[in-house]
Amino acid sequence: MSDKLYIIPNPPTPNKAVEFNPDICIGCNLCVNVCPTDVMMPNPQKGKQPIVVYPEECWYCAGCVEECPYPGAITMLHPTQQRISVNWKRKETGKYFRLGMKNPPPPNTRPPSG
Amino acid sequence: MSTWHEYMQATGRLPAWPYPVNYDKVNEITIDVLIIGGGVAGMRAAISAAREGVKVAVAERGHAKRSGAGGAGVDHWHGAVTNPCSRVTPEDYTLGCYESMQGWTGGNVRYIITKESWDTLLECEKMGVQIRDEKDEFKGADFRDEKTKLMFAYDYQNKHIIRVWGHDIKVKIYEEARRIGVDIYNRMMVTSLLNEGGRQGGRIIGATAVNTRTGEFYVFRSKATVIATGGAGRLTLFAPELTASAAMADMNSAGVGQAIGWNAGAEFVCMEASGPGRLTGLAYAPYSMGNASNTYHGTPIVDADGREVPWVDPFGRELNTVEARFIPQEGQQFQLGIGIGISRTNKEFALNDITPDLPKRIENGEFKLPLYADLTRLPEHERRVIFGMMVGNEGKTRIPIYDTMTRAGFDPDKDMLQAPVMPLDGYFNSNYWSGAPNTPSVVRMLGGGGFLVDWELKTNLEGLYVGAGGTLYGGGCHGESHTTGRYAGRHAAEYAKTAREPVADNQQINAERTLAYTAVKQDKGGNGWKEINAAIARIMRDYCGRHKNETTLNLGLRLLNELKTTELASAYASNPHELGRLLECHALISVGELVIKSSLERKASNSILDFHRLDYPEIDPPEWNKLLPIRQQDNKVEVRELPLDYHLRTPYAASYEENYERYA
Repeated sequence: MSDKLYIIPNPPTPNKAVEFNPDICIGCNLCVNVCPTDVMMPNPQKGKQPIVVYPEECWYCAGCVEECPYPGAITMLHPTQQRISVNWKRKETGKYFRLGMKNPPPPNTRPPSG
Repeated sequence: MSTWHEYMQATGRLPAWPYPVNYDKVNEITIDVLIIGGGVAGMRAAISAAREGVKVAVAERGHAKRSGAGGAGVDHWHGAVTNPCSRVTPEDYTLGCYESMQGWTGGNVRYIITKESWDTLLECEKMGVQIRDEKDEFKGADFRDEKTKLMFAYDYQNKHIIRVWGHDIKVKIYEEARRIGVDIYNRMMVTSLLNEGGRQGGRIIGATAVNTRTGEFYVFRSKATVIATGGAGRLTLFAPELTASAAMADMNSAGVGQAIGWNAGAEFVCMEASGPGRLTGLAYAPYSMGNASNTYHGTPIVDADGREVPWVDPFGRELNTVEARFIPQEGQQFQLGIGIGISRTNKEFALNDITPDLPKRIENGEFKLPLYADLTRLPEHERRVIFGMMVGNEGKTRIPIYDTMTRAGFDPDKDMLQAPVMPLDGYFNSNYWSGAPNTPSVVRMLGGGGFLVDWELKTNLEGLYVGAGGTLYGGGCHGESHTTGRYAGRHAAEYAKTAREPVADNQQINAERTLAYTAVKQDKGGNGWKEINAAIARIMRDYCGRHKNETTLNLGLRLLNELKTTELASAYASNPHELGRLLECHALISVGELVIKSSLERKASNSILDFHRLDYPEIDPPEWNKLLPIRQQDNKVEVRELPLDYHLRTPYAASYEENYERYA
């Protein structure tokens, strides 16, 4: 643990709003351009994923995710206070689940209507 | 790596501002019609104006492809009473709205919406929005018309609310606007309307704006202007760290259209009104929680032991079948949907709902918390249309809810979605995710007031039109924004065709320019925009909250002015983004003044407006059953009186149909 330490403000609340997968994102900045509230800025290094600068201005429309031509490059993350609230119970087994749980059940792969 | 904090700690270097900045540059744009606000209303206004053959520009705060309260999608469309399946007439629907509000809504606007809502939706279909069950996924369902393949919501008998696959509706209308040559200016923080001769109350001939990426100044010169902006969501509560994720309008909702209208001399009504139980953002992520309202209308609610909570009609009679939840009951002609800015108190047009005595029955031990939405109890068509069609197309549900929750394993065929666990009064109506008791009682959101417009959706100012769901007196929800935008754009274009060339007043432009850039010249020891915004909200909560009198209202005005001339005057902006937010604070102060001055004029308490004066405690005295249009002339307040049914009195005709024929 020899990382250099800096004087830096607290992590914002919420901290992320969206998360990039650097292996998929090519830094095209289409998400940056379409965001209604300018939450992200282009990375100074060309071809790298954008930087989330104003996470508290995100209203979680996920327009950035819909705009992205590379599935999986960007994921919208509800703030922790919302994720912790979204709970469900399987009727047959009585088992509890929640959004963001450690060992989630397999995904439901049915697409939306239309 | 995703965040600024990660970047900083990985590189040890502050990233430079990524866009070229030039605070000194002035861009001049001359068009026929300027649209302020590029949400669904503004884009529809732009399209209908451009189709009239005039040159149109849109000044949008974000990016018009996906921005605005309607930019994240829509799942149902109200007031489509002229569709081939509808059993409601425009007159009946308008009267239903008008009577539900006991007259406190713009009947002209409601009627225009009702006459053109279906045509407006058909145009969406032509632009590529799916409005029919083309793939026959819901063949045979109660809510589907087999011939037209239209699907209806809420009231399956009267068929005036249409379910739509609108998750991409904004993208489609954006593409159409681009296709027909509308000029779109994104990242525009509009700071003022320009009056002819620089005189407040004079004809509107354009606007000024700042680009929030480059900092450049814009002067728009136009023959006609349409305001199509949202409400002032940040006026009475500002805590985006907690509220933005639950809000149904984004951070850009600073009431800019109302502020620039007020400063230019436009007339407003009912700005003193507040909306009890309105969505404030101190809620849960929209549609993420068990509930039975709006998009989830008709969903069975069960308690922790699986006991089902009864559905009742508006008169309190228990409904014994699932089918009964979706049809009007004895004593009702038809039911109005939720979200159109209409009070739920009028039983004649109200929806069936979960029994309103649920809080008491939980307290008595009859039902045990937590509650669940048990979609498995519904027939397949009903379950799928709620979670899969409506959740999946409604605003902020395609990715944030449908995709996120199904990826996490949620299956509506097997799982029960938990409702919030909250103080019992939160279970009074079934929109549980709004988490009503989480909002302190001091927070009074604005509700129902806006620009006063005539039968052309024109304001008192020559050249200024309004088309929007939230900013217009008599407006409503998503579809209403499209319809009024489309109508206002058409009328603005008609006016512009014969209007004289605009001549702007350079003094007014220069004054706006000086004011706009004050914050980038301040030293960085002062306030930033968030602290100013929080202070504005505090003033509004304290001095114009539920309990107010002439003295507190005047003190509130004094403090807004104090803030403007001290902390706000010395606040700083590090870059064009912060500058945009700080300029929104100027707008919020203007809207705050408008609300307080409107509140001072109504010397009576009013139940429909949820307006309470400690110094005039009598509720609804009949002599105050009137609108009080308010405007500024030479920076002094001018108020007049107007009957609630002004839209059917001289100079207008006495019937809705006649006025529509004359003005539409």
